[in-house]
Amino acid sequence: MNAIFQGAAWFASLCFALAILLALVRLLRGPAAQDRVLAFDAIYMNGMLTLLMLGIRSGSLVYFGTALLIALFGFVGTVALAKFLLRGEVIEP
Amino acid sequence: MTLALIVLLPFLGSLCAACLPASARNAEAWLAGIVATGCAALAASLFPEIAAGHVVRLSIPWLPQAGLELYLRMDGYAWLFTLLVSVMGALVVLYARYYMSPRDPVPRFFSFLMAFMGSMLGIVLSGNLIQLVVFWELTSITSFMLIAYWYHRPEARHGARMAAIVTGGGGLSLLLAVLMLGQIVGSYSLDDVLAAGDLIRAHRWYPAMLVLLAAAVLTKSAQFPFHFWLPHAMAAPTPVSAYLHSATMVKAGVFLLARLWPALAGTELWFWLICGGGAASLLLGAASATFQRDMKAVLAYSTVSHLGLITMLLGMNSELALIAAVFHMMNHATFKASLFMATGIVDHETGTRDLSRLSGLRHAMPLTATVAFVAAGAMAGVPLLNGFLSKEMFFTESLQAGGTGGLGIALPALAGLAGVFSVAYSLRFIHQVFFGPPATALPRTPREPTRGMLLPSALLVLGCLLIGMLPERTVGGALAIAAHALLGDRLPDYRLAIWHGFTASLLMSFVALAGGTALYVVLYVRGRALRRTPLISRLSGKRGFDVLNVTIFRGARRFVRTAFSQRLQVQLLLIVGAAAVAALLPLWRGGLAFGDAPLTPLDPTFAMLWLAGAICAVGAAVQAKFHRLMALIMVGCVGLVTSLTFAWFSAPDLALTQLTVEVITTVLILLGLRWLPRRIQFQEPLRHTLRARLRRSRDAAFAIAIGVGMAALAFAMLTRPGASRLGPFFLQNALEPAGGRNVVNVILVDFRAFDTLGEITVVGIVALVVYALLRRFRPAAESIDVPRAQREGLIGGGAHADPRALLPEGDLKIPAVLGRLLLPLAALVSVYFLLRGHDAPGGGFVGGLILATAMIVQYMVGGALWVESRLRIHPQVWIALGLLAAVAAGLAAWFAARPFLTAQVLELHAPLIGTVHLSSVLLFDLGVYLLVVGAALLMLVALAHQSLRSPRRELPGAVDGAAL
Repeated sequence: MNAIFQGAAWFASLCFALAILLALVRLLRGPAAQDRVLAFDAIYMNGMLTLLMLGIRSGSLVYFGTALLIALFGFVGTVALAKFLLRGEVIEP
Repeated sequence: MTLALIVLLPFLGSLCAACLPASARNAEAWLAGIVATGCAALAASLFPEIAAGHVVRLSIPWLPQAGLELYLRMDGYAWLFTLLVSVMGALVVLYARYYMSPRDPVPRFFSFLMAFMGSMLGIVLSGNLIQLVVFWELTSITSFMLIAYWYHRPEARHGARMAAIVTGGGGLSLLLAVLMLGQIVGSYSLDDVLAAGDLIRAHRWYPAMLVLLAAAVLTKSAQFPFHFWLPHAMAAPTPVSAYLHSATMVKAGVFLLARLWPALAGTELWFWLICGGGAASLLLGAASATFQRDMKAVLAYSTVSHLGLITMLLGMNSELALIAAVFHMMNHATFKASLFMATGIVDHETGTRDLSRLSGLRHAMPLTATVAFVAAGAMAGVPLLNGFLSKEMFFTESLQAGGTGGLGIALPALAGLAGVFSVAYSLRFIHQVFFGPPATALPRTPREPTRGMLLPSALLVLGCLLIGMLPERTVGGALAIAAHALLGDRLPDYRLAIWHGFTASLLMSFVALAGGTALYVVLYVRGRALRRTPLISRLSGKRGFDVLNVTIFRGARRFVRTAFSQRLQVQLLLIVGAAAVAALLPLWRGGLAFGDAPLTPLDPTFAMLWLAGAICAVGAAVQAKFHRLMALIMVGCVGLVTSLTFAWFSAPDLALTQLTVEVITTVLILLGLRWLPRRIQFQEPLRHTLRARLRRSRDAAFAIAIGVGMAALAFAMLTRPGASRLGPFFLQNALEPAGGRNVVNVILVDFRAFDTLGEITVVGIVALVVYALLRRFRPAAESIDVPRAQREGLIGGGAHADPRALLPEGDLKIPAVLGRLLLPLAALVSVYFLLRGHDAPGGGFVGGLILATAMIVQYMVGGALWVESRLRIHPQVWIALGLLAAVAAGLAAWFAARPFLTAQVLELHAPLIGTVHLSSVLLFDLGVYLLVVGAALLMLVALAHQSLRSPRRELPGAVDGAAL
C-alpha cells in the first residue's frame, strides 16, 4: 500500500513538473501577452501542487506553509499582470 | 561638576533656543544671556581654588578599556579663557539682541551662537587631546553655520564654505598631530603631554608632528598662508564677527599653541614655523588693512595682523614672550570686539561700511565715535590704553629674540614696520568714518543707536582704559595665575607697568606712532584712493583657493569620465571581473578541491523544474532589453523554481521569504513599467558589425565562465563535510538557551539580532528616501499620458474605479470582491506566520510582507483614491513603531542587567489558557513585522501615487459613463 502510495505521489509530482514545462512552452511562444500571463498562472499553480506532493511524499508539514502562501498570493502576480495589460497601470488613482 | 555644567549649559541652551518660535527675539536673548553669564559666574565661583594654584579636574569614564573618557581640566590659563569666552559671549548676546533685525530667524542665530560657545569652552577645558579635537571641529562647524547665516547671499555661502574647508582641513591636520603626539607620549591626557616635553622634543616624529600642528593652528587663527578665509568670513552678521572671528574662535589656534608651549617650544623648528608664520601675517595683515575700503575688512586684516603678533610672540621661545602673548590675547579681544561692535553700529545706522562713502559721523553719533576712538587708540598702541602695554612688551621681546645676527635687526624692524601700519590703519579707520565733513548720500540718516547696542562696546572700551592705566590692579592677578598655570616653576620675573623708563621699546612705540601718522598723512594728502595694497594685492589667497578647488573638481570629473562607464554592460563586466579575480587568487594558491560527501540522488521532478528555471533565466536575460513584460514573467518563474528548490533542500524559511518577495517585486516592477516606453525599437546598424559581434561573444563567454565557476565553487563547498563550524553551534544553542526551534529565526532575532536591527533600520531609511525622492518627482512628459490600454479601450477596458462606489464596475468587479475578501484572511495568515516564527518557518519579515501584499491588492483592485478614502494607512508610523518595538525589545535586557538584545523570557500563568511563554524576541520580531509592512507599503504607494499626479482626466466618476 505504502509503496503504491509513494509511487503515485512520485508520479503525480512528475506530472506537475511536466505540466510546468509544457506551460513554459506557451510562455515562450505566446503569441499574445495574455497567453503568457495565463501560462505564468499555470506554472504557479503547478508549483504549489508539486510542493504539496513533496509534503505528502516526505510526510513533513513544513511544505504546507509555503504551499499556503502560493495558494494565497500566487494569483496576486497574475492579477497585477492582467491589470497591467487591461488598464496599462497596476494601481490607478 | 561645575566644569561639566560650564560646557553643558551652552549646549542645553542651544537646544532650547532652537525650539523657540522665530519671533521670540527677547526670549532668545534672555536665554542666551543667562547661559553666558551663568557660565561666567560658574567660572568665577572656581576662582578661590584656581587662585590657590590648584587644577580642577573632572573625569567621566566612557570606554575605560580604550582609555576614552570625558576629561575636563581647568587651570589658571583655562580659567582666564573660560572667563573671556563667557563674558564676551554675554556682551555679544546683548549686542546681538539690538543688532539682529526682527525679520531674521533669530532661533537659528542664538542656537548656533550658544553651540559655538559650548564648543569653545570645550576646547578651553579639554584635558584630553582627542576630545579637544572634537570640540575644535565643532567650532569649525558652528562657525560655518554662523557665517552662512544669511544664506541667501552668495558671498555668505562662499565665505562659509571657504572657512569650513580651510579650518576643516586644519582640524584634520590637528587630529593627525594629536594622534602622533599621543603615540609619542603614550597618553592623550594633557597632563601627561605637558609633563613629557623633553621626550617629545627629542622624538624623531617631532618635526612632522610640529608641521601638522602648525598647519592646524595657522589655519584656525587665520595666519599666513591660510589667512585669506578670515576677510571672507566677514559676510557673517557683525556679532558673529565680533565674537568668533576676532575675540574667541580665531584665538583657538594661539590658545592651543600657548597650551602646548611648555611641551613643544624651545626648538629651532618651532621658532621658524611659528615665529615665521606669525611675522608674515603680522606684516601682510597690517599692510593690507591699511588699504581696505570696507570697515569690516580693515578689522579682519587687522585681526590677522594682531594674531600674527601673538603667534610671533609664542614662536620666540621665551617665557616673557609667552606671558606677553597671553596678555595680548586678552587685550586684542577687548578692543577688537568693541571696534567690531562700533562697525556694526555704523553699518546698522547708516546702511554702509564703505570707508570712502562714510565721513563726519562724530556729529551724528558722538558716543559711538568716542567709543570707537578709544578702541582704535588701543589697537594702534597709544599709551594709557591696554594695547600699548602688550605692544611694548612685544617690541621688547622682538629686540631680544633675534639675537645678535641679522635676525636681531630684522625682527625689530619688521615689528616696527607693522606698528607703523597698524597706527596708519587705526587712524584711517577713525578719521575717515568719524571726522571730516558730514557725509551725504548715505542709505540711511545716521543717529545715535539705542543704549543697549552701545553698552557692550562701551563696557569693553572701559576695560581697555582701566587695563591701560592700572594694569597691575585690574588684570595683573589673573594674568599671573594664567602664567603660573602655563609655566609653573619656570615663571620669570616680570612687571606690568606703564612706565619702564626710557627704553628702546618705548622709542619704538613712539616711532611707530609718529611713522604711522606720517604714513597716513602722506597717503591721505596724496589723495590716493587707497584702493589696493601695493605690491601684494596680486597675491590673492582667495584666488589660489578657488583655483585649487576648481582644479580638484575638474580632475575628479575627468577621472570619473575615464574610469567610469554609464553602460551597464561595462559596469557589470568590471564588477564581476573584479569579483572573479578576488575569487581566483586563493584558488590559484590552494587549488579547488571537491569534497567527498555523498550526493543526493537526482529527483526527476526537480530535474524538470530546474530545466524550466534555467530556460526562464536565460530567456529573461535575452528578453530584458526587448520585451520587458515577458522578461518580468520569466523572472517570476525563476523565483518560483528557486523557492521550490529552497523548500526541497530543507530551507522552508528561505522559500517563504523568496515567494513573498517575488510577488511584491512583480508588482513593484509593474508599477515602474507603467512609466517606461513600451518597447525599445532597434534601428541602429551597429548591431551587426563585426565589433559588436565580438563584444557580444566576449560577454557571453565571460558570463558562462563566471556561471560555471560559481557552480563549481558552490559544489565544492557543499560536498565538503563540516565545512562550517558555525552551523553546529547554532543548532546546539537554538533550543537551549535561546529557546526557539526554528534555527533560522533564532539566528535572525537572537544570535545576530544586532545585525537584524541594523538591517531593518536600513530598510526603513531606504523606504523614507524612496518616499522623499518620489514625492517631488514628476514622470517624464512622454509617459504622463493615460496609458494606451485605457485610451483606446483595447481589451475589455472600462473606466477606472469610482472612489464613491462600493465595487468597481466592469472587468474588475470579481477581482475586487476576491481581493477584499483576501484582506482579513491574509492579515490572519500574516499574524500566524509572525507568531509561529520562533518555532516553525515564518517570522516577522515574511508576515510583514504578507500583510503588505494584501494591502497592495486593495490598491490594485480599488484604486488609490478608493482605498485611501476608506482606510488611512500611515506607513511612516508603522516604520517608527517597528523600530521602537525592536529597540524596546533590546532595551528590555538592560533591566535584567544583560547585554543589549539578550532574549528575555517571561512565563505567564493565565487561567483557562494555561502557561503563556512570552519572550522579548517576539517583541523584536513584531518590530520587524511592523517595519516591513510600513516600508513596503511606503515604497509601493509612493510609486503608485505617481499616476495621481498626471494632469489627468476630470474627476473620477464623471467619466464613468462615457467610457463604458
